[in-house]
Amino acid sequence: MKITEETIKHVAVLSRLEINKNDISQVTEQMSSIINMADQLSEVNTEGVEETVQVVDRDTVFREDKPEHWQSREELMKNVPEQANGFIKVPVIINKDEDE
Amino acid sequence: MNFKSTIGFEVHFELKTNSKIFSPSPVSYGAKPNTETNVIDWAMPGVLPYVNKDVYRLGIMVALATHSHILPNTHFDRKNYYYPDSPKAYQITQFYQPLARDGYVEIEVHGKKKRIGIHEMHIEEDAGKNTHGTNGFSYVDLNRQGVPLLEVVSEPEIADPDEGYAYLEKLRKIVQFTGASDVKMEEGSMRVDTNISIRPAGQKELGTKVEMKNLNSFEHVRKSLAYEEKRQAQVLLAGGRVQLSTRRFDEATGKTVLERVKEGDADYRYFPEPDLAPDHISQEWIDEIAATLPRSAEERYSQYVNEFGLKDYDAQVLLQTKESSDFYDKTVAAGADPQLAANWMNTQVNGYLNDNRVSLADIKLTPENLAAMIELIKNGTISSKIAKKVFAETIANGTDPKKYVEDQGMVQLSDTSVLEPMVKAVVDSNPQSVEDFKNGKDRAIGYLVGQIMKKTRGKANPKVINQLLNQELQKR
Amino acid sequence: MNYLNEDIDSLNEKLAQGTLSADQLAQDTVANIKQTDDKLNAWITVQEDAKPAADLDFSKNKLAGIPIAIKDNILTKDVKTTAASHILDNYIPVYDATVIERLKAAQATFVGKTNMDEFAMGSSTEHSYFGITHNPWNLDKVPGGSSGGSAVAVASGQVVAALGSDTGGSIRQPAAFNGVFGIKPTYGRVSRWGLIAFASSLDEIGVMSKRAKTSAQVLNVIAGADEHDSTLSTRAVPDFTKYIGKDIKGMRVAVVKEYMDAVDGEMREVIQEQITVLENAGAVVNEVSLPLTKYVVPDYYIIASSEASSNLQRFDGIRYGYRAEDTKDLLDVYVKSRSEGFGEEVKRRIMLGSFALSAGSYDRFFRQAAKVRTMICQDFDRIFEENDVIVGPTTTTPAFTIGSEISDPIKMYNNDILTISANLAGIPSASVPAGMVDGMPVGLQVMAKRFDEGSIFQVADFIEQTNKFYEKTPTGMGD
Repeated sequence: MKITEETIKHVAVLSRLEINKNDISQVTEQMSSIINMADQLSEVNTEGVEETVQVVDRDTVFREDKPEHWQSREELMKNVPEQANGFIKVPVIINKDEDE
Repeated sequence: MNFKSTIGFEVHFELKTNSKIFSPSPVSYGAKPNTETNVIDWAMPGVLPYVNKDVYRLGIMVALATHSHILPNTHFDRKNYYYPDSPKAYQITQFYQPLARDGYVEIEVHGKKKRIGIHEMHIEEDAGKNTHGTNGFSYVDLNRQGVPLLEVVSEPEIADPDEGYAYLEKLRKIVQFTGASDVKMEEGSMRVDTNISIRPAGQKELGTKVEMKNLNSFEHVRKSLAYEEKRQAQVLLAGGRVQLSTRRFDEATGKTVLERVKEGDADYRYFPEPDLAPDHISQEWIDEIAATLPRSAEERYSQYVNEFGLKDYDAQVLLQTKESSDFYDKTVAAGADPQLAANWMNTQVNGYLNDNRVSLADIKLTPENLAAMIELIKNGTISSKIAKKVFAETIANGTDPKKYVEDQGMVQLSDTSVLEPMVKAVVDSNPQSVEDFKNGKDRAIGYLVGQIMKKTRGKANPKVINQLLNQELQKR
Repeated sequence: MNYLNEDIDSLNEKLAQGTLSADQLAQDTVANIKQTDDKLNAWITVQEDAKPAADLDFSKNKLAGIPIAIKDNILTKDVKTTAASHILDNYIPVYDATVIERLKAAQATFVGKTNMDEFAMGSSTEHSYFGITHNPWNLDKVPGGSSGGSAVAVASGQVVAALGSDTGGSIRQPAAFNGVFGIKPTYGRVSRWGLIAFASSLDEIGVMSKRAKTSAQVLNVIAGADEHDSTLSTRAVPDFTKYIGKDIKGMRVAVVKEYMDAVDGEMREVIQEQITVLENAGAVVNEVSLPLTKYVVPDYYIIASSEASSNLQRFDGIRYGYRAEDTKDLLDVYVKSRSEGFGEEVKRRIMLGSFALSAGSYDRFFRQAAKVRTMICQDFDRIFEENDVIVGPTTTTPAFTIGSEISDPIKMYNNDILTISANLAGIPSASVPAGMVDGMPVGLQVMAKRFDEGSIFQVADFIEQTNKFYEKTPTGMGD
């Protein structure tokens, strides 16, 4: 299948990854060959076959509704790049639906 | 040209659990930022979700109460999107196999009954909260991350804003009476998104949808939908095209304002959540939950009016919240006269709650004590005047009314051998009143009763005194 | 000291008798790693202050005081855990993975974290932010991957056992390339709580060691139910050491035609020899077919990359990990942190996964892959109705030369063709040293039906006892 630079740019946006302008044709070419390798699966006749998304030997795994406190907020915050007064600090928030 | 509206709702309810949906962190409000979180809520590397059983239980209650078909096999899915309040950058929700489908609620508008279909309902996790600073930064608090939500999606079968209003009222009442959610819009435990499209009468194909999110009240929903109906009609009549967009309701102007135009559906890349096993919901469990399902508001109403003989208004007031209806039911179950219990609930109890800005859960009054007090009035042990004192004590301190009345010597005086001499003495010392009585002035009796009450410090049984006074005055 | 001639039993005996102290053992181990790792680069973090647990009980805990290596995608509280990525290069976990908790309860000693392909994506340990790991049999060769550091740590005698993780062969392939035993247990046997996720439905923590029995002893400790992992089985965990030394007579052994066709020459001969050994010992050998083998690579790369694209979204520079500097807004933080923080291979897979899940591709890619996965599972079920184990080559070639394949992702992906089916089907699978080809070790892969790791240990131990590969010493490290 034909993979265009536009498709790869869209996928990069979805992935929150940057592709250098100079690299886009090379990345597209490489991604195209990988996607086409993956697309070999289209040859397999899967009519009427159920999907398997995981191989587990149990279902309905529930936890009782008992609250537990984590020992300390400081511990949870210790890897935070920037924080203020117990909040995680982030640059100003832009439009939420970037993936449209 | 005539237009037809098609309105749909997506309503989120916070489910009332002690811990979050996929982590055991406590669910609470007003805690300091990020204190009610753990490694799962933070989406630390290596964490896995595990499902709170009660989230399903509460969801199933709402499904049952809305006549929905509960799917025997459900599975969670990931909805992928980036935002600082979504630490995994995906929300765990149910997209492919939701909790339930094909339910309905019945509404009544202008005397006409109509069923509004529920397309599906699913359980999912809430996101954290961002506070936007003015300094170019935002601040993230993950306390709300993982609070369980139930999203109820209506069929697009609502024809006008009044039906929309009625649908929301009814849905809220239903969910409220399952006890699954607090359903408070002001606290965010009920959140309403709506969408509306219009099309020329006779056209089959639906028009372009406009969405409005997080409306503050049902009244705003009604107003914003009414505004949109007009606005969209004007656009179409002017030969324009309605844009697929999200709009915001401006309370000040009563108008809707464009927030953003959508190019198409967002690409959320839904796929089955591999970290969670499938959930099999057995009929056995559903039956078990059904057996514990609290009675609906409708059932209660019918009992109050038909069996207890309450007036429509009194029944409605009792049914304003599940808590008040539950309290009333327990009071009646404890032996109280249903009509008296309703009067006390709707006047004295509500008055107290309003004056003190508290809820039933915060006060010391128990249904048993309220019933006991009503019994004391009914059997003549205390007068209604005394009852007010007893009530004040009981509601403030949780005192047993019977014991209080005895300890305080408040038992009503009905003994004629005690009251007769008193009546005689009062009549003797008030000849003017006797004169007035004979001249047909009824209020003379009132004055004499008051004198006796004064002497007995309010304990005299007014019925008995009236009787004795009449007898005595006839003799004069 | 090194452990080329030691195992858990021999060390446990010395510790119990007092001829060796656990403190000394910890210090010697660290000293040896520091001495040998210049050439190998098997470790990302060495805990120089490594200390054994208190109150060691050598009779109750076979692992008491014994140093174990941990792959650096398994969380260790207060000890840096990076997944070999720039994006986590300073990350200090605040909790232990379940497997670490269990090893601590068994009083094992922790000496550090081993190198790997970034986020376990790779087959050569060339994709690490912390440099390439070298094969102790020949320093110019790759150690395989992604658990290359763990395999090398065991093969070079730095430790007697190491934890690895296996999503598509990441334990078995490096085990084969380094001449050690490595097992990926059944999906759902070992808790994933605290394993930095690559592909949730395929990831499995496993063990590597020179001898199969050592791995059985470690697996005994780490396997079994854990409420934190909803995909974990609750079934009882047998004592895997009971299968060591068990006769294989009458065992039904399947040989997959397509797997044998994937190897030729000396490689095929070495594998065939091992099969003959089993047959001579009374095993019944049946040739079987897995016709979908040619599709397992695309199937795996779609599923694994899709899950990975979602699992790795949390690395966004907000709550932990690398945050790019000079960002103008939030989107910039996301894009720059991720673009600078992830390596090329990780980015490729995230892109592939985002593509496979995106609107318009989902049915053709993800859904189709999930269906083909069903067919692959069914093929294995069919084989295991009439066979106890499947044996064949672990890899198509011995370890390749460093740098020879890194520029060709598809060629690199095809290295996994023999190992990834076990992950797709969730079955247990191990690699046991089979012999030498072109001066490098090669492995025999042994697969069994779900939750039957026992049969794997039984066959692997038998092979090991016969070819005595464990007597060989890596020749690439010089003096």
